[in-house]
Amino acid sequence: MKSRGDEEEYWNTSKFKAFTFDDDDDELKESKEAVKSLPQLSDQDDGDLVEKVSWSGEPVGSISWSVRETAAAAGGGTDGEPAFPSRIPADAPNVAKVNSGYSLSSLFKGRKAANVAAFADASGDPLGRILAPEIPKPKSEKQAVSLERFRCLQDKMRLLDWSVGTHDGNVITAVLISLKKSLSKEVLIGELASRQTALRHFLNYLSESGDEALLGDIYSALGRTEDAALLQYKRHLSIADEEKRRDFLKGCLSLQFSAEDQSQVRDQLSLLERQMVIEAADRQAERGGKVEIFQRFPRRASIPHMPLITTLYYCCFYHYDQPEGSFSSPLNVRQSFKISEKQFFVTALSARAKQKSWSDVDALFTSRSWLGFTRKKSPLAFQKVVDILHRNAAPVRVLQDYVGLVDDAEARMALAHQHKCHDLVINTYRDSKDRRLLLGYRGKVEAGSAAERKIDELLNDSQIRWKN
Amino acid sequence: MAAHLSYGRVNLNILREAARKELREFLDKCAGSKAIVWDEYLTGPFGLIAQYSLLKEHEVEKMFTLKTGRLPSADVKNIIFFVRPRLELMDIIAENVFNEDKLHSTRDFHILFVPRRSMLCEQRLKEQGVLGSFINIDEYILDLIPYDGDLLSMEYESAFRECYLENDQTSLYHTAKGLMTLQALYGTIPQIYGKGECARHVANMMLRMKREFAGIQNQILPVFDTLLLLDRNVDLLTPLATQLTYEGLIDEIYGITNGYVKLPPEKFAQKKQGEASKDLPTEPKKLQLNSAEELYAEIRDKNFNAVGAALSKKAKIISAAFEERHNAKTVGEIKQFVSQLPHMQAARSSLANHTSIAELIKDITTSEAFFDNLTVEQEFMTGVDTDKVNTYIEDRIAQKDPLIKILRLVCMQSVCNNGLKQKVLDHYKREILQTYGYEYILTLNNLEKGGLLKPQTSSRNNNPTIRKTLKLWMEDANEQNPNDISYVYSGYAPLSIRLTQLLARPGWRSIEEVLKMLPGPHFEERQQLPAGLHKKRQQGENRTTLVFFLGGVTYAEIAALRFLSQMEDSGMEYVIATTKLINGASWIKSLMDTPEAQMH
Repeated sequence: MKSRGDEEEYWNTSKFKAFTFDDDDDELKESKEAVKSLPQLSDQDDGDLVEKVSWSGEPVGSISWSVRETAAAAGGGTDGEPAFPSRIPADAPNVAKVNSGYSLSSLFKGRKAANVAAFADASGDPLGRILAPEIPKPKSEKQAVSLERFRCLQDKMRLLDWSVGTHDGNVITAVLISLKKSLSKEVLIGELASRQTALRHFLNYLSESGDEALLGDIYSALGRTEDAALLQYKRHLSIADEEKRRDFLKGCLSLQFSAEDQSQVRDQLSLLERQMVIEAADRQAERGGKVEIFQRFPRRASIPHMPLITTLYYCCFYHYDQPEGSFSSPLNVRQSFKISEKQFFVTALSARAKQKSWSDVDALFTSRSWLGFTRKKSPLAFQKVVDILHRNAAPVRVLQDYVGLVDDAEARMALAHQHKCHDLVINTYRDSKDRRLLLGYRGKVEAGSAAERKIDELLNDSQIRWKN
Repeated sequence: MAAHLSYGRVNLNILREAARKELREFLDKCAGSKAIVWDEYLTGPFGLIAQYSLLKEHEVEKMFTLKTGRLPSADVKNIIFFVRPRLELMDIIAENVFNEDKLHSTRDFHILFVPRRSMLCEQRLKEQGVLGSFINIDEYILDLIPYDGDLLSMEYESAFRECYLENDQTSLYHTAKGLMTLQALYGTIPQIYGKGECARHVANMMLRMKREFAGIQNQILPVFDTLLLLDRNVDLLTPLATQLTYEGLIDEIYGITNGYVKLPPEKFAQKKQGEASKDLPTEPKKLQLNSAEELYAEIRDKNFNAVGAALSKKAKIISAAFEERHNAKTVGEIKQFVSQLPHMQAARSSLANHTSIAELIKDITTSEAFFDNLTVEQEFMTGVDTDKVNTYIEDRIAQKDPLIKILRLVCMQSVCNNGLKQKVLDHYKREILQTYGYEYILTLNNLEKGGLLKPQTSSRNNNPTIRKTLKLWMEDANEQNPNDISYVYSGYAPLSIRLTQLLARPGWRSIEEVLKMLPGPHFEERQQLPAGLHKKRQQGENRTTLVFFLGGVTYAEIAALRFLSQMEDSGMEYVIATTKLINGASWIKSLMDTPEAQMH
């Protein structure tokens, strides 16, 4: 544990610097001035050395620029008009259509063929014999190897192991695809269990190609239940309909998540269910046109699928005074989902400030003083409270209460100045008997205002012993 | 166009030329006029290899973006699809082809897979019943794309995810292939060092591939002396930290893709003298960023706090150059001045652009939010209070800051604490799921699998030892005139780069203990060179190391390596290669499993 003293020392001695420009202000100004004052000697900004650049900054002639240009030309009504004069002679020879019933078997071509050949030549390998006739000497570019020729399981697995040895995901996948076709699920899973690399590629292949059923089977067979659960759970992202998503999430509860994920998914489901109830009721209320709040602040979006805190905000905004037993009561939401004090506080504060319910805001700070104290307490620094209130256009009379509660004297005065909390500033100067600063501040308040009158009264008060 | 690729220690233009040659050869395979249908994602990387003019020379007359529905009509002989091997793209192609057959039957179809063919995709086309419609199915092996004179990237977005979450080593295979191509062009790399499981795999594959080529001796004098392979999971911390170099911040704030950045247009409106300000453009301003631009090359790797001074210095130089015109009296002098004009105009517009960008960035770096975030990051990096729930993170969740920002901080805390106490971890998870949605269970699980977020398994935390031994935190980082790589994060020296630095001098033997604390094996391999190819080094000649980051590298790390290259006494120059250029946000995003993360 760090002692208080340590912390103090840390704050006072560490060299954590503010990331400021120091006096660079002037430097930037200087270079700006220079740029401005430099004569524009020619009309053309682009000299010979300057690459031609379109406004978007892309050099004219770059690929992405051209894609846009040629596409625009094509889409520009004159359908089919070539963007560039065609240079093909009319009698251009037809490219012979090599119909390459491209299949698994033709994957080893070019360089890879050399690999296979090298592999096949490896001294007296039985696979070599199977492979050899398939590999023509490098006459044509494409060389095919038929994977179907690997008949017995042992050969198949040797092929798989060889493919893993290449580390080429493409080759491994190709072999796996053919194995998936020719082997039973159980046998394949059994063999893959002892071949981790191949297994990973197979899992990746299945998830990319959307074969979730088999993927789930494999995870379960290997005892990787958490992965299986997360994989299944991920599918909910693509379900937009709330009822379908709810049912899906219900199904997810039986999956074998880790304990903590399990409880989160349960919360997610219960949140969605709650949102649907609230949504149904509020939509009706809004349509009915009788509930004032929905008239005054029309809802901008529906609530299902929103995060929990957003939902809490919504409830603080539209249902602040609901009894605690109600589904839409903020306190009920808070209880049910164990929302932390700070989160609840900030959310309620923002929502009530947005509505300019300053009495609610006030109550947030005082309601917890069960001993009858009225001293305001906040789980959030008062500086941040002021920030939130200010963002919601709180009037000075509200702001100044909270500015006054800021701990740090310097920060407090800065905020008081910034938000024109005159009373605070004036009282501080009075208390510090600083006539000069008070006099200076007189110039900053509006002429004829109450603040000005107050300053004048103080300045004329003969009871005060000014220090300057 | 790509002259800047040849300015570096290693002429990377050779690689680009090789790629162009292969592209031409493929285009010529499809005789006659052509239209290319682009997977939009590819136009960026291809732009680094070829311009439209090259395609046009090979009878490419039209270019379209791949879209569902019917292909636009175009009077061409061939339709070529340039696509990544992705199943969803195959479905679109199938739809295109299917619709086409009913209308015209004279156009020939081809597919060019980039960077590799995929059985999965061909299988899908077969299922859709269109595989037979293609005359050519080919692959364009674009493994390593030159991004700058000293930078290569595969732009393989899912590499980290595949390697560390899914245990799929396909990206490593491509890496090894890419390194073989590189060796074919630049000679066998005699020494290979590595740290991490993936590094070990890549090295093994390279050695095996070399054996398969036995008999074919590479007769090129080696350009690289050393290859260093580094796993990203050896250093999970660095990408999570906010980069504080100029280029790093541009990437953090606006995102650099394929060497381009899109900026808010307001600051770039061009006003000509005497012209009333016209309507402001609404389209973002797109700028290319690379070392071909002199000013950018100078400032990109500086700590942002030093950029203002550099810009101002440049402004003075340019102003002085323009003033010269008053001194030009004779015809000869005027001619001389005029001949310099284009260059000066370019410098002027470059200065204007970067002044505007610096202003945009400054607005953010001077904000309270940025400062607060950085303070917490630096606390974590120095090991302060990493074992309890952080109030700042809690507050930011309560205020619904972007989830990626939150995840970045929580992961950072977890990494710096060698895992979080179960109670702390559960609290964060709960707050995140309640605020952003329960579906992020999937994302949190992914982060755990990737090791970015985890429960503490032992009470032993090696971080302080690692931090101290490797000097990862420097109290007095000098941002203006740096003397150590820690300037790129204003105090934190990226672990990955420290390892690189220590390998060059005094060697890893000095840090065996720490290396053992980091995940994965560390190793050294040698590749035999044919007699006669052993380099005879000149006195004082620098050695060259290729550092390959498996799983991604940030611009700040690149800046730190460039800093090391430039250090007078380092004796080493670095060329950088990676599977993907990343920052904390894009990295975390690649590990997310929700619909919005899958949208590009």
